[in-house]
Amino acid sequence: MGDISTMAGDMAPMALLADRDIRDRGLPQPLPRQDTKDGIETLWCDVDDLLGQMQFLKSDPSQNYRMLLDITAIDERVRTHRPHPMCADFTLVYHVLRHEDGRELRVKVPLALTELVAPTLCGLWPNANWYEREVWDMFGIRFAGHPDLRRMLMPESWVGHPLRKDHYCRATERGPFVMPASTALAEQHALRDIPALAGMIAADDSDPEIMIVNLGPNHPSLHGVLRLVVKLHGEEILDVMPEIGFHHRGAEKIGERQSWHSFIPYTDRIDYVAGVMNNFPYVMGVERLAGITVPARAQMIRILLAEIFRIISHLVFFGTMVQDVGQLSPVFYVFTDRERALELIEAICGFRMHPSWFRIGGVAGDLPQGWDGKVREFLAYLPKRLDEYEAMVMRNKIFKIRTVGIGEYSAEEALAWGITGPGLRATGVNFDYRKAHPYSGYDQLEFDVPTANRSDCYNRVRMRLDEMRQSLRIIKQCVDQMPPGPVKAMHPLAMPMPREAVLRDIDSLIPHFLNATWGAVIPPGEVSSTIEATKGLNTYHLVSDGTTTPYRVRIRTPSFDHLQVIPMMSRGAYLADLIAIIGSIDFVMADVDR
Amino acid sequence: MIGVLIELVEATGILLGVTLLAAGLTFAERRLLGFWQDRLGPNRVGWQGTLQIVADMIKIFFKQDWTPPFADPVIFVAAPIIVLTTVVLGFAVVPITPLVGIIPDMNIGLLFFLGMTSLSVYGVILAGWSSNSKFALLGGMRAAAQMVSYEVFMGLAVIGVVMLTGSFSLSKIVDAQTNMWFIVPQFFGFLPFLIAGIAEAHRLPFDLPEGENELGAGFHTEYSSMKFGMFFVGEYASIVLISSITVVLYFGGWHGPFLPPALWFALKIGFFIGFFILLRAALPRPRYDQLMSYGWKLMLPLSIANLAITGALMLSGIG
Repeated sequence: MGDISTMAGDMAPMALLADRDIRDRGLPQPLPRQDTKDGIETLWCDVDDLLGQMQFLKSDPSQNYRMLLDITAIDERVRTHRPHPMCADFTLVYHVLRHEDGRELRVKVPLALTELVAPTLCGLWPNANWYEREVWDMFGIRFAGHPDLRRMLMPESWVGHPLRKDHYCRATERGPFVMPASTALAEQHALRDIPALAGMIAADDSDPEIMIVNLGPNHPSLHGVLRLVVKLHGEEILDVMPEIGFHHRGAEKIGERQSWHSFIPYTDRIDYVAGVMNNFPYVMGVERLAGITVPARAQMIRILLAEIFRIISHLVFFGTMVQDVGQLSPVFYVFTDRERALELIEAICGFRMHPSWFRIGGVAGDLPQGWDGKVREFLAYLPKRLDEYEAMVMRNKIFKIRTVGIGEYSAEEALAWGITGPGLRATGVNFDYRKAHPYSGYDQLEFDVPTANRSDCYNRVRMRLDEMRQSLRIIKQCVDQMPPGPVKAMHPLAMPMPREAVLRDIDSLIPHFLNATWGAVIPPGEVSSTIEATKGLNTYHLVSDGTTTPYRVRIRTPSFDHLQVIPMMSRGAYLADLIAIIGSIDFVMADVDR
Repeated sequence: MIGVLIELVEATGILLGVTLLAAGLTFAERRLLGFWQDRLGPNRVGWQGTLQIVADMIKIFFKQDWTPPFADPVIFVAAPIIVLTTVVLGFAVVPITPLVGIIPDMNIGLLFFLGMTSLSVYGVILAGWSSNSKFALLGGMRAAAQMVSYEVFMGLAVIGVVMLTGSFSLSKIVDAQTNMWFIVPQFFGFLPFLIAGIAEAHRLPFDLPEGENELGAGFHTEYSSMKFGMFFVGEYASIVLISSITVVLYFGGWHGPFLPPALWFALKIGFFIGFFILLRAALPRPRYDQLMSYGWKLMLPLSIANLAITGALMLSGIG
């Protein structure tokens, strides 16, 4: 992510352009701007103007921000370094993206504690629905006009809103947890009543052919603890409602009490099949806040590991997806391949699934001797296996009739629902964050972005197979071009400091001592850091208040958006298609609930 | 009197043998799948895992035999009994060797087999219905639709063989194949029969009544312990049954050079059992409606055409 000054320089003229546009179109007033460390234009907007501004950003041809990436909030009440004079008790943060040039924009809305209401954006972007529910659940901010503002990740009986600063963080800050029988019963009833609350059952629904079936939260094909309430007519699906939150661990809240460094292992567990891929956006964000430049070798090691994990994640996806349509063998073959890839990871990091190998300022250690030979072996091994899968699965007639044309959505719908990653590229939209904003040196590597012309289950599987080949290409270049040099930045905030330096001079020893005892003090600021993760865009929005812990860690995960699209994709399909559809969108429940 | 006793011993021997073979198949299937799927399969209990069946049996017998409070208790218990009984009864008409077989020369042997497989559908439907659970109900519904439709062309497919032999008796059918197996003149009868047979045994790719990916376990979702065990053994017994009938109808039964008839018979059904297991390792599962249209739109016309051509050839004196 190299040079921050150049990036900010590039962004400045564009930011001015947006300002002028807003003025010219006769909108209420040019929105005040805030400086951030990531160069993403950040505008402050009054809550009354929000709908108009967002409508303008989405539909005006000069703006054309058609994708809503994220809605979140920040509790600003105990923040020392207020980012802007408009800042009040709470801030809503809207993050939008223009896919043509990959430009991002952030709109912030200040809210006073006495009036925590904002208009809903569900009419503009359908995926605002879940984001707003999450914000309501976590911060207690209401959205006027929201169709279904219920708690999302926390149970209905939960008291308080966890991400508020006055909500306790650890179990020792409160009395013993008890669950009275009445609450337990109420929770059971809440689970039962959800279909009615969500409007799935109308009062006059008396057709005996219609059946409500609960898939999950414990079901063999749901890839984790997800509950799908399915309304069936025979085997035809009339409506589906995903119910999430069973895997919620409060990673964002945990982030607020961990030191900047000790939060890294938690990120590994967000998308638990993608290992270090999760460290990537987090450490890049912290480095940008701290102004650390990562040495070239460390950057390339990061790419190497991330691409191996992309292959691992895609292999798991492929095997389980194929098993979901009833083909039982490929899952065993891909797990054999995954084992080989995990052996590589183990040889380099010493861990397998969750190595947490990235550090603020570099990676934990240099590559071991003979690593390139092992990687080359893997590079020679996998393509043949991929060819086999091509023949065994992708050309199988039954597999084709089960997946071609099933669970289709258009490019327009994909953008409106915030679908990213292979699911978006299958519609023909050529958007890959590694190309749009090359981070960590992806611009020095050659690779193609596979696309298709219709996003059905088949092509979504196809994309992953093609991406694995591209990842192999990237890995090969990493092996060939691995630069020499240090794997950790020489910077007082880099964690941990290089050992040789610590043992040599006092200027390194003191920061090391401070970092190791208190943790690094990261300068105040805000940064968003996005990567092309295995499943789509993974963004960490980090807020530092100039202390040893993050003030706010927002984790935007691709699976959250993708899961929300299930109802749209499956209406009118058959029950068996639903399984193919949820298999093909590639989600991990830990990635959804965080 | 002694003749009756011998008959009884023979019948018991065959039925016991079939049940044990079916149980043994659970082990064979897991080892074979393991082989095809690049893994080991059960290999810990006994030599190469051969005692795995014993371990499984002990486990399944000692599991809680639970009837859910919301199920219809009488039918719920009767369903697995129907499935296992009808499948095992189907073996009564199978001629194993010229001398071994319970009633191989029953004059309606083939009809008896078709009747028994049809009856076993009831077990599956009743299981799905009496469980009073949505997944089981969907599984039962699928089973009813699938098996009723696949039976139609299964029946039509075998008529070709009956026309060539002029008898429903399975031993007569085997005798008629002394010179040429019926697979040759009846190849287009054999294909729909085998496919319908897989569907009758509801094995992958036709295991939609179970459809584990969407229905949990389909019609036997609510079953546990030995009641589940009976479905399980019933499924494997019906694999053996379908393989035996395929061999009898199209592959000359016990006929074969050099080796004793019993061995030939065993080899042939072994081949088909292996084929069934290989199918499970290789193919994905079609969707319910695709399965139905495949049956009605492709297999049914194929078996009718086969019937018409067989008839025409016989009338013209060639066949």
